[in-house]
Amino acid sequence: MNLPRRKFDTLIIGAGGGGLRAALQLSQADARVAVVSKVFPTRSHTVAAQGGVNAALANVLPDNWHWHMFDTVKGSDYLGDQDAIEYMCRAAPQAVYELEHFGVPFSRQQDGRIYQRRFGGQSRDFGGEQAARTCAAADRTGHAILHTLYQQNLRAKTHFFDEFFAIDLVRDREGYILGAFVMEIATGEVMIIEAKTTLIATGGVGQLFRTNTNALINTGDGMAMALRAGIPLQDMEFVQFHPTGIAGKGMLISEGARGEGGFLVNCEGERFMERYAPQAKDLASRDVVSRAIATEIRGGRGCGPGKDHVLLRLDHLDSDMIRKRLPAIRDMVLTFLHLDLCDTPAPVAPTVHYTMGGIPTNRFGQVVVPENQGPEETMPGLYAAGECACVSVHGGNRLGGNSLLDILVFGRAAANHIIGYLAENRYHRPMSDEEAEKSMARLARWDKRGEGESIDGLRTELGNVMEDYCGVFRTEEILKEGISRVEELVRRMDDATLKDHSRIFNTARVEAMELENLMDVALATVISAYSRKESRGAHSRMDYPDRDDLHWLRHSLYFREDRSIDYKPVRTKPLSVDAFPPKARTY
Amino acid sequence: MTEPETSLNRLRWQCRRGMRELDILLNEFLEHGYSGLEAQECETFERLLGYPDSVLIEWLMGRMIPADRDVAKIVEAIRHTAVS
Repeated sequence: MNLPRRKFDTLIIGAGGGGLRAALQLSQADARVAVVSKVFPTRSHTVAAQGGVNAALANVLPDNWHWHMFDTVKGSDYLGDQDAIEYMCRAAPQAVYELEHFGVPFSRQQDGRIYQRRFGGQSRDFGGEQAARTCAAADRTGHAILHTLYQQNLRAKTHFFDEFFAIDLVRDREGYILGAFVMEIATGEVMIIEAKTTLIATGGVGQLFRTNTNALINTGDGMAMALRAGIPLQDMEFVQFHPTGIAGKGMLISEGARGEGGFLVNCEGERFMERYAPQAKDLASRDVVSRAIATEIRGGRGCGPGKDHVLLRLDHLDSDMIRKRLPAIRDMVLTFLHLDLCDTPAPVAPTVHYTMGGIPTNRFGQVVVPENQGPEETMPGLYAAGECACVSVHGGNRLGGNSLLDILVFGRAAANHIIGYLAENRYHRPMSDEEAEKSMARLARWDKRGEGESIDGLRTELGNVMEDYCGVFRTEEILKEGISRVEELVRRMDDATLKDHSRIFNTARVEAMELENLMDVALATVISAYSRKESRGAHSRMDYPDRDDLHWLRHSLYFREDRSIDYKPVRTKPLSVDAFPPKARTY
Repeated sequence: MTEPETSLNRLRWQCRRGMRELDILLNEFLEHGYSGLEAQECETFERLLGYPDSVLIEWLMGRMIPADRDVAKIVEAIRHTAVS
């Protein structure tokens, strides 16, 4: 079969902030760029980022990039690579000014300079007083960035393939990535996009877990494509939880609700945080509150028929105060639960928010894998940026305001490196029909007919298994059970069939391939979590409660082929300043 | 696949948005409320899906009301369908 082919200099998979920032840089440098996105670009998950972008502009309070770097290293629980972190923090002000010039309407101070918010984990003078480092466009920063970058890309003549699903990377015998096999969702037509360079920018994988704050599109497609191309995933055990998402639905109820006097109760009506954190109680840090809720639920003290959540109470507070200080939270709970927080408690549970792990890259966005020469050999022409990548600037735990910064800085860095690569590699490498058609099998598999497992059913089970066996509460025994349950689901995927075999807008087939992606990333996550026998950042092992720098100050790498784990050292040497050695992380 | 099914699938994909809140509200409406709409209202729903996420979230959270009365009616219907 002769597949239709289109040729570009660069293929970018994913049209969130990272992909679009890279595309813009490349199109402005006259590269021919194709952006493939399974949804319309401005519906990418970047649109949901409300907080802002960290940059040491010192507009509100004194600040400098070195303090930002310290906070990021400390926040990462020392697992972040310090060369990449230094690079990001130094590049941050420029990243913000560039956005300003592109047209992002940042909130301003009286004197016209960009306003900066105070966020958790920000300090002055290496752990001193609170800093104000987060630049925001009201409460819709992600939306403003995404729309601005999209408009700029249209102007720069970036070629968009909207509502195209990337099925797999095309790899030749020597290991070069030559582009991707993609399908137009509207027609079911497939084609090959050949490219001299490919950037994966597909975002995170929050949909792995039953309760998450992520959009439905976050199914880890790029991570799974990398795994199938023989690339390992790094630090996948590090998944950030927020303690108070609406149970079973995922929308966040921010710390503000507890800050105003709200508290959590179990099914006995007990204010249980008093037992876990006698001083800070309900305002203890996110990971402490998340673990306490998970412990109550596992202990059978959850609320509701499924005993799968706890309640957030505000009904003891003055209802005028709630209306005045927490209007958005009250609106959201009213809309989704038809409950008024003024007189009824809301069901909440720890909720998956962000994936720190991903495709291993260096600070130029190049994908790096262990080869003969060392742990970080670059794969020529292949790049990754944003939440799907692990560069690693977030290490074990991401700070608020650093995710938008990550996509902007490393989207741009990857593009700059690609421009250099394209100058030296002027021609496409040849792609044989055989190489092109290999990935067809993945699609053809869904032509299988007859009775079989349902995709919806398996997806629900996967979310439940990941939440119950790879959630906040992790022990050797629980994770071991988790591995065997996920493996069982992976086996059952072989028996899954679709009822709809049409080509036009066959969303069931796309959802089936998304589930395959989720399954691959689920194994990576649960096996990585089982293997790391310490507690660090967001990875909390009840059986190994302490951080163990002697044995575990290293990155994990999960390989799909034999479901094995390998390790590589953390890059503790920054580019120009002294390293920040590991210290106990207290706030 | 019949034509109505294909068209429903197309809408289902349009209901995939960048925010969890919108995914839930729009998909629940498509599942439970859409089939009860008149032809004209179906068109209005499609028109609604053409608005950016940042606008949809303000309308669907009840913080703003669309100036277009037909769109406002659909927004109300979606808010009513949001079940706990």
